[in-house]
Formats: sequence, C-alpha cells, structure tokens
Amino acid sequence: MSTTDTVLIAYTPDDFGQAALAHGIAEATRRSARIVAVNATRGDAYVDERHADDDRVATLEEELTASGLEFVVRRPIAADVAEAVVEAADEESADVIVIGLRRRSPVGKLVMGSVAQRVLLGAGCPVLAVKP
Amino acid sequence: MESLELLAGGLATAVTPENLMWAAIGVLLGTFVGVLPGIGPAMAVALLLPVTFGLEPTQAFIMFAGIYYGGMYGGSTTSILLNTPGESASVMTALEGNKMAKKGRAAQALATAAIGSFIAGTIGTMLVVFFAPALAGVAVEVGAPSYLAIMLMAMVLVTSVLGSSRLRGFIALFLGLTIGLVGLDLNTGQPRLSFDQPLLADRIDIVVVAVGIFALGEALWVAAHLRRRPLAVIPVGRPWMGKADWSRSWKPWLRGTALGFPFGAVPAGGAETPTFLSYVLEKRLAKKGHEFGHGAIEGVAGPEAANNASAAGTFVPLLALGLPVTATATIMLAALQGYGIQPGPQLMTEHADLVWTLLASLLIGNTLLLVLNLPLAPLWAKLLRIPRPYLYAGILFFASLGAYTANQQPFDLFLLLVFGLLGLLMRRFGLPVLPLILGVILGPLMETKMREALAISDGDVAGLVNEPVAIVVYVIIALLVVVPLVLARVRPPRKPTEIAAELNDDDTTSGPTSGPTSKETVR
Repeated sequence: MSTTDTVLIAYTPDDFGQAALAHGIAEATRRSARIVAVNATRGDAYVDERHADDDRVATLEEELTASGLEFVVRRPIAADVAEAVVEAADEESADVIVIGLRRRSPVGKLVMGSVAQRVLLGAGCPVLAVKP
Repeated sequence: MESLELLAGGLATAVTPENLMWAAIGVLLGTFVGVLPGIGPAMAVALLLPVTFGLEPTQAFIMFAGIYYGGMYGGSTTSILLNTPGESASVMTALEGNKMAKKGRAAQALATAAIGSFIAGTIGTMLVVFFAPALAGVAVEVGAPSYLAIMLMAMVLVTSVLGSSRLRGFIALFLGLTIGLVGLDLNTGQPRLSFDQPLLADRIDIVVVAVGIFALGEALWVAAHLRRRPLAVIPVGRPWMGKADWSRSWKPWLRGTALGFPFGAVPAGGAETPTFLSYVLEKRLAKKGHEFGHGAIEGVAGPEAANNASAAGTFVPLLALGLPVTATATIMLAALQGYGIQPGPQLMTEHADLVWTLLASLLIGNTLLLVLNLPLAPLWAKLLRIPRPYLYAGILFFASLGAYTANQQPFDLFLLLVFGLLGLLMRRFGLPVLPLILGVILGPLMETKMREALAISDGDVAGLVNEPVAIVVYVIIALLVVVPLVLARVRPPRKPTEIAAELNDDDTTSGPTSGPTSKETVR
C-alpha cells in the first residue's frame, strides 16, 4: 500500500460524471489523496456518448489541476466498463471509488445491466455513490 | 422527345402505392447502410439478392435503385459529422464538410450535400434518359468481337485506373475471373475447376460469392478490429441553408454535376476522380479562397454533386451496354441475370417497361431522399451509436440466410465461409473488391462473347479483331496499360502525401481520418 491514499473517480462526460468528479475531488482533498480518473469505453460503436474525447479530457485535466492534487487520467478500452473500473482500482490500489448513480425506471432495470451496480458488487474497496 | 414520353409512362408505373413503398424502403435502407462506415450499398444489395426470388423485377430494381442513391447520401452524413468517409467517394466531402461542422455549420453542410445530391441526381438521371437509348441504339449494331473488347476495356479501366495499386487490382480481377470459371462450361458441358464435386459443377451462385466477400468478409474484418477509441460525432439539428449559402452553392452543384456525369457514364467508373477534380476546381475558383481548408461550403457542394451525378452516370453503361462499373451496379446486373434477363443493348427494347420504370423510380427515390433526409439527419447520426457486435450479428444472420436460400444447399454455407475468409484476406492485404466481383459476373459473359466470335470465324483468332470498333477499343486498352508504365518511367512517382500536401499548400490542416473499416470501401 502506498503512503498516500488514492481516490478513483469513474468519470463520464455527463451530469453523473460531473457529480462523481465534484465529490471525488472533495473526498481527495479531505484525505489529501491522489486522484485517478477513469473513463472507460467498450469501443465497439463508432460513437459512444459516455466516452470523453480529447477536448473533454483536456477540460477534465484542467479541473483536476485546479484542485491542486496529484492526478492520473486513465482511458481504458475494455469489453466490460464496470470491470475496467474495478481493475483500474485494483492496479492503483484505490482506497475509495467514486461513481455517479443514474435513476433507472423499473423497465430500465429489467432491460439494461447497470455499470454502477457491478462496480458496487465487484469492487474490493469502499464505493462512494453520488447523485447529480 | 420519345424518351420523355417513355419516362412519363415509367412514372405512371412507378407511382403506384406499392412501388412507392419499395422506393421508400430502398431509400431508408440505403441511407442506413451508407451512414455506417464499412457497410455500403453493395453489401446491402448483395444481402437483398435473395428477395428477388419473391419480388417482381420492377419492384426489386426500384428498391435497389433507392439503396444505391440512399447509400451515396448516407456516406456524406458520416463524412461531415464524423470525419470518417463511409465510402471512397465521400473522402472529398469530409475535407471541407467536417471543418464546417466543427465551426458549427453542420446543418448547412448537410443541407448543401442533400440538395446538391438531389439536383445532381435529377439532372444526371435526365441525362441517362437521353443518352442511354441513343447509346443502346448504336450498341445493338455492335457484334460479339467488339462487345468482348468493350468488356475487356471496362475491366482494365476499373482495375488499373481506380484503386491505389495496379498489381492488387489485377490480382483481385484474376481471382474473380477464376471463381467465374468454376462449374460446367456453358458451351460444351465439361466441368471446370470443380474438383469432381457435383455441387461445384453446378456453378457457384453469385449470391454466395457477393455475400461472402461483402458481408462475411467485412464482418470478420470488423471482428478482428473490434475495439477502437470512439470518435466524436458533431451534434446537429435539422439541416437548413441561409441565402448566402444558396448563392454560394448553386454554381458548384452544377459544375460538380457536369464533372461527375461523364466519369460515371464512361466505363471508367468510380466517383473518386470527379469528386477530387470538383474539389480542386472549386478551390481554384473560390473567391474566398482562403476559406478553403477551414470549412468552405463550395468544397462540400461541388464534390457531393459530382458524386451523385457520377452515380447516375453509371446507369448509362449498365442499361445501354450491360456493363457495370461500380460494385453496386455489378450486383444489380447479377440480379438482372437472376431474373433471366440478358443484360446488354437489347435490354432497352426488350424490357423497356422495366428500364423506364427504373429510371422514373430513380427520380422518385431522389425526391424521397431529400424529403426524408433533411428532417431525419439527427436520427441518422444516432445510428452510429449501435454497437458493432449487434450490427454484424444481424448482417451475419441475413448473409447465412441469403446464401442458404439461393439453392437450399448446406454446401453453400461452407462456400460462404470460404469466400468470407477470402474477403477478410483481401481487406487485410488491401486488395480492392470491385475487380473481383466484376470478374465473377462479367467473366462468364465475356467468355460467351468470345466463344460466339470464335464460332462465327470458325476458330480463327482473327475473328476477334475483324470489326473496326474492336480494333479501336483494343488500341485504347493498349494505351491504358502502356501509358502509365511509360509515365512512371519518365516522371518520378508522386506519393499521395505529396499531392495532399500540394492541396493543402496554404494550410496545415489534416485530411480526414481513415475509417476503422476496410482499406477499400466500395459503393
């Protein structure tokens, strides 16, 4: 284990990702921890609106720099986004994962799997789930 | 004006509710496949070849024509919004179109592309109406030796003029010709290249070859390169144009049409050359020359018009001579043969109703495209979010279904796999698909004409060159093959990067990114 704590933020370029980012920075400041921001994509469609493009990553880096904390941005391409987040948490020995939760209708729950749910169940460390 | 009367008759047939429905289905399907990089109208028509068993020829061709024009239009949407040309003819559109979109003028870029396509397509189709019967009238007089020579010329042109590498082109052509030979010799009944397999001796069904190369090959290629970093799509509302855009667009539309149509109509085919020429021409002529490279509307209007005019132009050799010059046209020719209709000059007279309904439905399809696509553009952009595994699972399903229904032989599924692997290897090694499919379909036709010519001359080889037209065409072929070789000796070869650098001499912007699909996209 490293001496400083590590806060992993599961980032997406939308309200949920912004909520996770805000709370993640607050949490990291409280712990004076380093931040690992992860934006994962399955990369199997031509366009993925939850993938942060280079411009968006630059904005993200600016926001992280403004926090004054040490940070890393990771952009994995993997078959399973939730698994990629948990894997990144293991590799970086994260102490806490911050994710944004979206409201899902009962039908939505039935049809779609939830990345957040699988992160909650699969993570080896505490998970801080926030809402925008 | 006899042509116009016939066209009016064709229109009357084409506007029945049922035929209009087929046109709408074709146009929507065409745009769908055109928008998605890697899937083109050629694949769509190949996958739909089996439906010709259940449809009247007229209806099938109305749908295919809609797919052809729709594919052109869909390609421009992807070029502009994603900077990934869906097909090779849209590369030039991407240059300026994507820059316009980045400057927040995506709506105007899409509008000028759509309206330009409509105008060029309509003028082009009207030109087909006047040229094709005239050409067919002349072509009917042409004998077997000349016909053989013209087919040879189309093959040489498509193989050596289009595409990046002549060697790769000819490899693909000869692969295609070899596949076309498999089975019983149509004249003597001897089995050739059938390896004592009765199923092979039956000749390979064109559906199996086309679906294998286009659909299965592309699916395997995509599966081998499944995960890639997603691209940024530029959000867009309903396309529209302001007054200034109209006044800047209409001249490039007309110039693009004038450039595109002849290239399509001469069996040199392809929309790459005219779209490139149109881009260069507009750049030279533009008063606001400095805007080129930063999103000039002329650079979208001209090439898009050229693209569609050349697509219309390809119907001249297809209908008047039975000569296809694009992959889609080649598969449409195969569909004609599937109906037992002999393509060639006599098509215009023997199946006049089919031809004129087809031409009329081209006009209708073009109008439908404009009406449907202007409001639907944001929806088409959403298609790009479909994960590839879902998309290609569907394609594989229809590919297998199509290959099986052709003869209801499980053996055909095995053949499908073989051709799918061949398609994958061709994409891997950058072999163009068009010469192969042209070889498969035109090869047997060419052999028939050669046998015919030799039978008339009693086996004397001189019988192949006893017509003036044939001699002229052979001279042209010789020039086509020799001149580039000589030029290559005299002038040092120019790399595409140098030409691109010349094009962008006044700016340092990069060209369109190559798509995450096969190297050679076909339409």
